[in-house]
Amino acid sequence: MNIKLHYDVPGDDFTRAGEASGLVKRKLKQLGFEPDVVRRVAIAMYEGEINMVIHAGGGEADVEILPDRVTVVLTDHGPGIPDVEQAMQEGWSTAPDNVRSLGFGAGMGLPNIKKYSDTLEIDTKVGEGTALTMTILVKG
Amino acid sequence: MTIADVRTILQAELVTGGEHLETEVHNACGSDMMSDVLAFVKDQSVLLTGLVNTQVVRTADMMDMVCIVFVRGKEPGPEMVELAADRGIVLMKTPLRMFTACGLLYENGLRGGN
Repeated sequence: MNIKLHYDVPGDDFTRAGEASGLVKRKLKQLGFEPDVVRRVAIAMYEGEINMVIHAGGGEADVEILPDRVTVVLTDHGPGIPDVEQAMQEGWSTAPDNVRSLGFGAGMGLPNIKKYSDTLEIDTKVGEGTALTMTILVKG
Repeated sequence: MTIADVRTILQAELVTGGEHLETEVHNACGSDMMSDVLAFVKDQSVLLTGLVNTQVVRTADMMDMVCIVFVRGKEPGPEMVELAADRGIVLMKTPLRMFTACGLLYENGLRGGN
């Protein structure tokens, strides 16, 4: 099994953020992955999608599904992350107040992605954009 | 208890998902901050919230939650109802406030989980 999926994440509609994650979640369920793996992929990808919509005007999601791992790459052309170490701290947020009124922006996005993935790589350049690569391993 | 019991205890009005009322639930959480739900919730099946937008339903879906209770009589919009119906999530609304709603469910045996 080697399934590759691609999604555009629109940046102008907060209500649609999470659509791609929902589709991936259902796909993994259909394929018979363990509930723990399905949930970890879904949450990590969902947080990433929300981040792309809040901070970067949307982007793209590429998912590769292998029997022993799921890799999600989220790429945007937003402002980039000036201080990754700071952004990784729980509670640190640069989200505007209107995002907090929607239930997000508590500074838990990146820490959560790290918590639910086995590996997380952040490739970011200020003014150019960010690519997150998260891998969730299927433990046999 | 079942989702039907939750509905009775909270004097809640069912919005969608009537076919799932006999589903058993053991744990719940109350939050308006979806970030916190995604960070700290584990195996809770009921979400009580005063927040009304589609991300509440998406968050519950990601966390495999089966029932969302809107407190203070908050009314979910048609997009939320449609999404919840598609994902098999029960929506209901109670006139009670968050603290009271959580307290009543706790008193009747629901717990916060791990």
